[in-house]
Amino acid sequence: MTEYGTFASEPLFGLPLPDLWFALVFFMLGTFLFLDGFDFGAGALFWTRDDPAERETILAAIGPFWDGNEVWLVVFGGALFAAFPAVYANLFSRNYLLLFGVLGALILRGLAPEMYEQRHDPAWQRWWGRAFVAGSVLAPFLLGVFVANWLTGTGALVTAAGLVVGVAVVALTVVSGVAFVRLKTRGELRADVRRYGERAVVGYLLAVVASLGALALSTPALAAALVTVPVFALVGLSVALAVGYVVALRSDQDLLALVASALLTYGLVAVVALLLFPVVDPGASLSVDDAIVSTFPLNIMSVGAALLLPLVLTYFAVLYNAFSGPVEPTESY
Amino acid sequence: MVDPVIASRLQFALTTIVHIIFPVMSMGLAPFLVYFTWKELRGGSRVYEQLRRFWTKIFAVSFVVGTVTGIVLEFEFGTNFAAFSTFAGELFGGPLAIEGMMAFMLEATFLGVFVFGRERVSDRLYFVSSLAVAAGTWLSAVWILIANSWMQLPRGYELAQQGGQTVVHLTDPMAAYLNPRFMFMYVHMQNAAVESVALFMAGVAAYHVFKHYVWGYPVQEVDFWETTLKIALVALLITAPLQVLHGDLYARHVSETQPQKFAAMEAVWETDSYVPEYLIAFPTSFEDLTNPRAKELFGLGIPGGASWLASGGDPRATIRGLNSFETEAPPVAIVFWSFRAMVGLGFWFILLALWGGYRWWRGELLEDDLLHKALMASSLLGILAVELGWVVTEVGRQPWVVQGVLKTADGVSPGLTGAEATLTLVGFALVYTTLLALYSYVILRIIREGPPGAEELRTRRVEAGGPTTGVPGDD
Repeated sequence: MTEYGTFASEPLFGLPLPDLWFALVFFMLGTFLFLDGFDFGAGALFWTRDDPAERETILAAIGPFWDGNEVWLVVFGGALFAAFPAVYANLFSRNYLLLFGVLGALILRGLAPEMYEQRHDPAWQRWWGRAFVAGSVLAPFLLGVFVANWLTGTGALVTAAGLVVGVAVVALTVVSGVAFVRLKTRGELRADVRRYGERAVVGYLLAVVASLGALALSTPALAAALVTVPVFALVGLSVALAVGYVVALRSDQDLLALVASALLTYGLVAVVALLLFPVVDPGASLSVDDAIVSTFPLNIMSVGAALLLPLVLTYFAVLYNAFSGPVEPTESY
Repeated sequence: MVDPVIASRLQFALTTIVHIIFPVMSMGLAPFLVYFTWKELRGGSRVYEQLRRFWTKIFAVSFVVGTVTGIVLEFEFGTNFAAFSTFAGELFGGPLAIEGMMAFMLEATFLGVFVFGRERVSDRLYFVSSLAVAAGTWLSAVWILIANSWMQLPRGYELAQQGGQTVVHLTDPMAAYLNPRFMFMYVHMQNAAVESVALFMAGVAAYHVFKHYVWGYPVQEVDFWETTLKIALVALLITAPLQVLHGDLYARHVSETQPQKFAAMEAVWETDSYVPEYLIAFPTSFEDLTNPRAKELFGLGIPGGASWLASGGDPRATIRGLNSFETEAPPVAIVFWSFRAMVGLGFWFILLALWGGYRWWRGELLEDDLLHKALMASSLLGILAVELGWVVTEVGRQPWVVQGVLKTADGVSPGLTGAEATLTLVGFALVYTTLLALYSYVILRIIREGPPGAEELRTRRVEAGGPTTGVPGDD
């Protein structure tokens, strides 16, 4: 132990690393919910299109990106496991069946576009199209239920709070999905999906209000945590962002609308993090300080994350830059 | 209802056995794709563009299925093995997190560029993408095997109390993560992946060559398949002998560090010297199938072979028997037979490589229809050998999940009910069977469709506004 010196025993630069890792875990969750969220939203919009060419366009729009986007879920899971193993273990085993639902939905969602493109006969494509939509809607819904269960610490499969948070997350993915599809397409498809975005953002705000109410009713501790300045500020900010989103859609500023949906997503995750902190897992009564790994591995992981995160952002910049602009008609999935 | 411990173990076994197929395909294909891309961009013959396009399709499908099945494995540590995750998370979670950030991200983002970007990005960035994808797949294995090798040979930790539970604390990362087992596992796994893909390529190519030259059917792009066959044979000639030589060193290392596993591999119950290496052991009764080398059995063995293998050359060396360990033995029959089947396959692949190489050298590669049949029959055997190797590694470690430190039965989630575990086990059995069927269907379609022809390659370039003559990259 001594040979590693203070690196093994003192937090790096005296930083509050446990709290930073708490924030990092939620940043990763938020990034996943935004990035794969617009893929899920595109999947939901797929349902509203009958024209095969438009369906192909939606698939082509997310084609190069979704795999990279979904890795953020793996990274979120890995970071939670690495920094708070007891939370990972308790939270995941408590939500056993729910998480298998999430996995099933993700398998369906990942496989369906690949299958859809394999054969060009209508029955085959109809069924895989349905599978794609089902996976795209079910995955964020069940993740929403999971987040609600995380907050309330319940071991029950489904609660009222879980249902409304699930609906809120689905609405949010449609909000970002519309912005993304508009950014990547031209013509009728682009014009037509706007109304879904407007409805979804209103639905999202209503669902958030219902969620906060249901959470407050379910747990007294949450009711107290809800009535704080930061939570109110974030809710107010969300309303402003929703208005900004609609204005951006109407003035054809699709990128701005996408940014607004990203901020909405990070805002939602920030509320979740605020409601929890300094507890990480209310269900097992584990606080950040109870559940954090010891200083040495935390220092190592922090150095790793500090080096790797900028690299990861560079990869995404290269990817999104290479495929910027609308999808060309010749591009296939 | 199945007992939650049994159900969790079965479920993990099922999901890993299916999952490993896809990383093997990705890791094995990655160096080939880099080579094809390099040759294509350097203005090599058209066949390299065909090779790159054709095998990229197979890579992309494998990667997608590998991703979705891989997320399942990550989650299962939390859902089914929560006690293990709490206990060993400090050493085990870190490598998984770094794997996601360092390797998986690299692979998944650049795969987007590599699969969809040929007409969108510069040649240089395109080649860099192929390298990044390959580096991502190979780095993934580094971190996964670092985590796994720590479970096989736990070092660099101490036991501590946290929140009323015993957990491991990291004290020495170099000892924990760069332990000798990691190097053995990594070389063996990567070489196996390339070897498996070489066998798969050779089998697929042999099928088309056979169809063309032996059955006399007109096969489109037969040049493409000939080239594929030759490239696969070169890879096989390099990897097959290496795998057996390296496997010998690896087995010796196992006998030194996991004697119980080695005893199970050889089914040695009583400590003995001058132990023979049994090639086969015939059971005299049906029950004895589960107990290879029970005394009354007829066996065919090389005298002193197992002792020679364990000690690295001394046929009189002593091997510690399973009965001398305090813990119960792993399921010996599974380990014994899997080990034999894997090693047998390893030798068969060397024979195939030499056979193919000899025919090629004589200029008869396209005429030996028996060789073609052998290659076709062996196309999936590389993957089978990988599976068997993992069975030896993982089943041979039982009853331990962390060798000598934590038993598998103590690693399962405490609150898990038999009903839940059974439900998900059945669910996964159905889903994974479907997944395998769909994957096979898609791969077979890609193979039947064959490489893009000259006409298709030209059309693609016109659509992309690129050069319609010559090969991209030679300007």
